[in-house]
Amino acid sequence: MKALVAVKRVVDYNVKVRVKADGSDVDIGNVKMSMNPFDEIAMEEAVRLKEAGKISEIVVVSLGVKQCEETLRTALAMGGDRAIHVQTDDYLEPLAVAKLLRKIADREQPQLILLGKQAIDDDANQTAQMLAALLNAPQGTFASKVELGENEVTVVREVDGGLETVALKLPAVVSADLRLNEPRYVKLPNIMQAKKKPLEKLAVEELGVDITPKLQQQKVAEPKPRSGGVKVQSVAELVAKLKNEAKVI
Amino acid sequence: MTVLIIAEHDNQHLATATRHAVTAGSKLGEVHVLVAGSGAAEVAEQAKQVAGVAKVLLADAEHYAGGLAEELAPLVVKLAADYRYVAAAASTFGKNLMPRVAALLDCPQVSDLTEIVNGKTFVRPIYAGNAFATVSSDAETLVLTFRTTAFAEAAASGGQAEVVQVEATPAQGLSRFISRELVKSDRPELTQARVVVSGGRALGSVEQFNELLLPLADKLGAAIGASRAAVDADYAPNDYQVGQTGKVVAPELYIAIGISGAIQHTAGMQDSKVIVAINKDPEAAIFNIADYGLVADLFEAVPELTAALGN
Repeated sequence: MKALVAVKRVVDYNVKVRVKADGSDVDIGNVKMSMNPFDEIAMEEAVRLKEAGKISEIVVVSLGVKQCEETLRTALAMGGDRAIHVQTDDYLEPLAVAKLLRKIADREQPQLILLGKQAIDDDANQTAQMLAALLNAPQGTFASKVELGENEVTVVREVDGGLETVALKLPAVVSADLRLNEPRYVKLPNIMQAKKKPLEKLAVEELGVDITPKLQQQKVAEPKPRSGGVKVQSVAELVAKLKNEAKVI
Repeated sequence: MTVLIIAEHDNQHLATATRHAVTAGSKLGEVHVLVAGSGAAEVAEQAKQVAGVAKVLLADAEHYAGGLAEELAPLVVKLAADYRYVAAAASTFGKNLMPRVAALLDCPQVSDLTEIVNGKTFVRPIYAGNAFATVSSDAETLVLTFRTTAFAEAAASGGQAEVVQVEATPAQGLSRFISRELVKSDRPELTQARVVVSGGRALGSVEQFNELLLPLADKLGAAIGASRAAVDADYAPNDYQVGQTGKVVAPELYIAIGISGAIQHTAGMQDSKVIVAINKDPEAAIFNIADYGLVADLFEAVPELTAALGN
């Protein structure tokens, strides 16, 4: 059984981004970039399923600028078998990404498609669901447990009130939540090996997908700053302030 | 300009989140609410009384029972032809369903929006709430999810909408609902609570988490939240998590106990009216956003606070 994993290159989760002075966008000029944490979890899950003998091949795909190649090499070092890079400098909306991934899925015919539940830059939480829709495949979003069978995958999902279990016919799309697993550290020998693994490059034109954005970003602003608070010296002072000043208790 | 809001429910009760969505939707036009479920007539009754709802569409079929996106999306897509906006609250239900609808309609989705500037311009947080993007679209149909904490809930009564039965779409059979395990609690729901008491890794164990936070929360009538570190360490269940990847809350009072204040956490609570931080590390980032900070050992300060509130 083949698995397809989609990974995104994003600003590292530890970086606190700043908005550009002209308010056009956030400034990511010189900041550290990494694999989106949720995609790392999706990748780890695919590798574990392969180690358990349930998946025979893992194809990883990333879409975007040239440097996405590094993200793909990381995924290969984690245990991916080969990579596909759809290279473009254009901004890609989730729907455009889903359309491009659909073309790749049509070609590769994976039984299981794994993605992160959201990218920590745009926080959209859309791509997996959109891809499932375009493939007319079932979706197991916000997965915290995945059990892969012959014709079906059972997914435990994190929902607002607790957990929900669904069974999905294969091929299916699954999006990873934080608690699905703990991604492994990549070891040096694996990084060296990953350099030899195949990495195919595709252009957006070859896939015949219109990626024109349907949403226009007008401006980006800093959140409203919170006014500086005060330090209190004791619990008694805290209670007094909450009662008399803030009037919240 | 009409808005179709997809109701979230358990076939018996309309979720509060949907009433927040009605408030947001009312800013865009006439609000219709779709109740798709199995034996969900009671939910339609509740929906028609919500202030600001002009019409309730009720689609009743067995395959809508579990609220599966695979079954609901074709129905929403069929009905969407009559609407400019198709929307839901940005709960896990809305987040799961709406992008599937958007893709089938080939239209863009604006996720988790916090402000409606005009009929085609919206504001939404990006980068864990460290920036707010204003986006606009000329698309004929727009799919939207609303951040519930940014819009007040519409009154549960006062509305007099008509209920119209709509024909169900055929079962898709791609997925099966198996079970749902909900965490039972007598406390107010986290996203709705007026006061939230939240604990982090510094609490050290599930026993201490409960021993320290429960009495304080009881005194305040508060919901309990947790940082990711506390959830990962199994001090608290998953659905207690507040933050970028958990729930977004904006209570009157948020008390962060033993939480360092990583951006992934503050993304979920920085709109609280008053933030209190109790932490023994004076350099903890949480103090940068706290209105009142107490540098103290939480194992002493929290019981003291609980006791002080008793008087």
